Amino acid sequence: MSQMSWPLLSLVTFLPLVGVLFILFAKGEDEAADRYARYAALWTTIGTFLLSLLIPLNFNSAEPGFQLVEAHDWMGGLAHYRMGIDGISMPLLLLTTFLMPICILASWYVTKRVREYMIAFLVLETLMIGVFCALDLVLFYVFFEAGLIPMFLIIGIWGGQRRVYASFKFFLYTLLGSVLMLLAIIAMYWHAETTDIATLVANPTAFPADMQKWLWLAFFASFAVKMPMWPVHTWLPDAHVEAPTAGSVILAAILLKMGGYGFLRFSLPMFPDASLYFQNFIYVLSVIAIVYTSLVALMQEDIKKLIAYSSVAHMGFVTMGIFSMTRQGIDGAMFQMVSHGLVSGALFLSVGVIYDRMHTREIAAYGGLVHRMPIYAAVFMLFTMANVGLPGTSGFVGEFMTLLGTFQQNSWVAFFATTGVILSAGYALWLYARVIFGKLEKPELGWMPDMTRREFAVMAPLVLLTVFFGVYPAPILDTVGASVENLMKSLQFAAQHLPDIAPAIAMK
Amino acid sequence: MYQAIVFLPLLGALVAGLFGTALFKNFGHDRDVYGDHTAHAHVHGDHDHSHDDHRGHYHGPMWPMYLTTGLLFVACLLSWISFLGFLNEPHLIKIPVLKFISSGALQADWALRIDTLTAVMLVVVTTVSSLVHMYSLGYMAHDEYQPRFFAYLSLFTFAMLMLVTSDNLVQMFFGWEGVGLASYLLIGFWYTRPSANAAAIKAFIVNRVGDFGFALGIFGCFYIFQSVELDAIFGGAAAQVGKTTPFLSWAPDTITILCLLLFMGAMGKSAQFLLHTWLPDAMEGPTPVSALIHAATMVTAGVFLVARMSPLFELSDVARDVVIIIGAVTAFFAATVGLVQNDIKRVIAYSTCSQLGYMFVAMGVGAYGVGMFHLFTHAFFKALLFLGAGSVIHAMSGEQDMRKMGGLAPHIRMTWALMLIGTLALTGFPLTAGYFSKDAIIESAFASHAGPHMFAFALLVIAAFCTSFYSWRLAFMTFNGSPRADQHTMEHVHESGQVMLVPLYVLALGALIAGYVFAPYFIGHAEKEFWGESIFRGAENHIVHEMHDVPAWVKYSPFVAMALGFLVAVMFYLRGTTVPAVKWGVIAAAAFATSYVGIATSFDPLSVLATVAVFVPVIFVVFANRDGGLPAKLAAMHWPIYQFLLNKWYFDELYDFALVNPAKSLGRFLWKKGDGAVIDGFGPDGVSARIGDLTAQTVKLQTGYVYHYAFAMLIGVAALVSWFSFGGGH
Repeated sequence: MSQMSWPLLSLVTFLPLVGVLFILFAKGEDEAADRYARYAALWTTIGTFLLSLLIPLNFNSAEPGFQLVEAHDWMGGLAHYRMGIDGISMPLLLLTTFLMPICILASWYVTKRVREYMIAFLVLETLMIGVFCALDLVLFYVFFEAGLIPMFLIIGIWGGQRRVYASFKFFLYTLLGSVLMLLAIIAMYWHAETTDIATLVANPTAFPADMQKWLWLAFFASFAVKMPMWPVHTWLPDAHVEAPTAGSVILAAILLKMGGYGFLRFSLPMFPDASLYFQNFIYVLSVIAIVYTSLVALMQEDIKKLIAYSSVAHMGFVTMGIFSMTRQGIDGAMFQMVSHGLVSGALFLSVGVIYDRMHTREIAAYGGLVHRMPIYAAVFMLFTMANVGLPGTSGFVGEFMTLLGTFQQNSWVAFFATTGVILSAGYALWLYARVIFGKLEKPELGWMPDMTRREFAVMAPLVLLTVFFGVYPAPILDTVGASVENLMKSLQFAAQHLPDIAPAIAMK
Repeated sequence: MYQAIVFLPLLGALVAGLFGTALFKNFGHDRDVYGDHTAHAHVHGDHDHSHDDHRGHYHGPMWPMYLTTGLLFVACLLSWISFLGFLNEPHLIKIPVLKFISSGALQADWALRIDTLTAVMLVVVTTVSSLVHMYSLGYMAHDEYQPRFFAYLSLFTFAMLMLVTSDNLVQMFFGWEGVGLASYLLIGFWYTRPSANAAAIKAFIVNRVGDFGFALGIFGCFYIFQSVELDAIFGGAAAQVGKTTPFLSWAPDTITILCLLLFMGAMGKSAQFLLHTWLPDAMEGPTPVSALIHAATMVTAGVFLVARMSPLFELSDVARDVVIIIGAVTAFFAATVGLVQNDIKRVIAYSTCSQLGYMFVAMGVGAYGVGMFHLFTHAFFKALLFLGAGSVIHAMSGEQDMRKMGGLAPHIRMTWALMLIGTLALTGFPLTAGYFSKDAIIESAFASHAGPHMFAFALLVIAAFCTSFYSWRLAFMTFNGSPRADQHTMEHVHESGQVMLVPLYVLALGALIAGYVFAPYFIGHAEKEFWGESIFRGAENHIVHEMHDVPAWVKYSPFVAMALGFLVAVMFYLRGTTVPAVKWGVIAAAAFATSYVGIATSFDPLSVLATVAVFVPVIFVVFANRDGGLPAKLAAMHWPIYQFLLNKWYFDELYDFALVNPAKSLGRFLWKKGDGAVIDGFGPDGVSARIGDLTAQTVKLQTGYVYHYAFAMLIGVAALVSWFSFGGGH
């Protein structure tokens, strides 16, 4: 663990709140105040992103442990404020700070309660970054759960027609998960007498095997809802459909990743025995998620719902890769999370572009858009292909590596999961053909202007990164490598020291 | 030099695609989107459909077309220079390019691997591609979106070159799916046609089914060899002989299962039996695309894959038997379907499918060089046929149905002559390219010691007969007889310009002499030196030597089949129109065939008699049946067989019934019943309904959730804090 002289992580985490203050203290209710709020949010998120770029500069990717660590007493010494990152959290942190300015820019023409909207997003940013930096169970829990409130408001206030139903569903699912996770955290403190994540991660035998299973299940309840895994995924399509565009982007790109991050940060290193015990269970759920939701996606009539279901399928690759407990599987899962953040975010932004024009998400309402919107057609094609996992885009690397890793452990699982590669081509290309290709026959589409420069500026960074990481994934894989290697070591150590682990973990 | 060959087409594709098209010319404006829509509706309304007509006129700059074509010719020139080097001395070059995937034992970098096998493919790909680029300058001259077309063509070429130069299976998979993408884009190039879009999606998905196997094969290779690098796999293969590996709930022979999985990828890409359904539909794309992608290059990637992986395939008899059977069945099946198709491009597409089957048989019997030779020669004459067909379609103002052609020969003499050269080469007329390579495959099938070799031999000879029949049928229906097109179309029939004909001359030259010139290297006395280490052959594999020693009747069988096919075609389609010429033509052909067989067998009486016996009924029918209409009569007489063939053995219907429709119904069922009724019904909706019953109207839900939720969390935090307080002394 390396210490830093100044608290970079805390600065990055709380910088967005400074923007909140600026917006709060601005006067007026008029157009100018809205404009001010937009620019304040944009510059704050850009500033946060630029500041966060200092993190990789001060990060040593050969070092497996936590870096840039900060520690202070909190709650009178009962809990601790501990921050720090490793190779697993850093890519997700940067993904968050990178996407925020894009989300703000994509929300430029929100007119309803602009100040509150921007505040919600800035608060959300702080809480999301906090999740990836927190090195204390209590702190993590606070960030993890509090982050739901702004998301909740975003769907509930700026959402579509059925936003009440969607937020209600969201509420029921997450409540269940968070209560159980809280109980588990209490039990962990009671047993290990610490809430320090670094300490717990370093000691894979901290909890006896039986206890691990219960703790694992409690955390699983929370993370599985977040991912979301089948069968607790049904909140996602509704939430996505109702959320405003930027809300969908954050939901798909960042919030879903917290489930995968949770598995890697807690379940695997702290409960390795239970993780192995439940490996087949996760496999089954993952494979069902991939095949089932891909088939469901095939028949969707709403563009956002289709993409939401495809997200569930892609997250199935992530859980499968993580629990393959192979180097390639976990590396691939990490990569898939970052890639999915870029690609699904971009897909939801793409839907936003035509939704802003036509105010409908129904596939049948479109057709032949290529005639009026060639730039849009090209951009949407790229992300459709990335969603399908075409080599050369970032979508391929993660999918390929998780499957390759899983095949080393269980060929049945890899076999069924690979069918998802066929199905994804089916739903994605069919969607594309129905929306973009064909004749432009519907008269109401005739006026549609192509992407605007602002919309293109929102997309361009995502386009570049999707191709860049598809051709040169090394920056992510190198960052993740040492930490995953370390995780593999502790899994192996646990395998040797906990007697009832049946299959040996392969170090490949 | 090799970097230039591979990356120049990419450069052309990017520059032409991004800056040569009208892509970035018309950004929208936020004020249009977020302003008052109704005000703009009629402003834009008057040019609603202005972009629909893809046969419109092109007003943009010509440099994107010249740039991509020019770069391809440079790449082609460099490829031939390197190829000539390989003729002198085979060697292996590896050029690292960039780091790619690196994760534990999994190391796959971007790199170029050049050996004889690659050098042959480089020549084939860049030659056909540059000629197709040039041809398209004429063929697509009226198309509004030609820069996009050329960008796609160059993108395809780049992906194909990455495929053939790959040093590991991941890069090969990149090229593999990259060509699939380009194929998808080009089949659907005219995206206003629903049939083109459907065909494009079908091609991508059926290829993905093959890629499913290919991907599992890569995973399997990594599992066994702990590497995806070709050299590591080849090096470790021998140690795996006779071992089994767990796959699914089954313990198959290691090498066999790896080969079969990889071969599944080859079946998809090369449109082999069961995964062939996309290729005929792919004819929706512009004809130059059919020539480049769906005849000469991409579809041969499967053959290349088997040749490349020969160090694995050589070690598994079972896998090679499967390759032989699939190849032979495809050759036969596609040829039979080709007999009755009426779309000029579909006939050639089935022909391609069938010829790929021949190549796979060669691979399966271990005659890798022979299969690669057929790949090489086939590229010339099949591209020639496709581009010739394109010239015909061009002349006919877009008509593709041969029933509406006929009598074109006097109007487009040069195209006719070139098509005849292509037909001769395809049917294996002596001394043309196909004669050397196709006959060698049939001989190698006979000479093989593999289990199904006689099965393959028989099917290939029958397929040779069918090939000859449908090829001549195509030629006769298109060029001979009286015109069946309307007056207006016939008046517009014109010969293509030189920009389209010059590529045809070059290909025709290849179709005539490529066999004769290169046979010594590919399959003749110098073949061992030529292929060097790029193809692996086991110690017992002497097939190339043995195939030269097959009995005489085996050597003549493809020729006899070809002659028969020709005669039957004459009888069916030429007779009645130019009766005297046909009669004498048949007599002459019979005389020629008999004397050829006679000389070749040193006048073995049995062979000569057999040949004469074959011709007697043909001559009889030609001279006896005067009223024509034989094909129609035959079709009516055997209508079940005719319908079966016409409907392509009903594979599309079968797949729709057994796979596509069930997938859709299952998707709908899982959505409505699984997610809707079961999960939501018992989950959130059910719970909420019960809670709703309990709390009735007491809670105003809309604003309640957030506070509820925050409240629940606060309780949690409070509980946590108190727990710490009490547990602090622990």
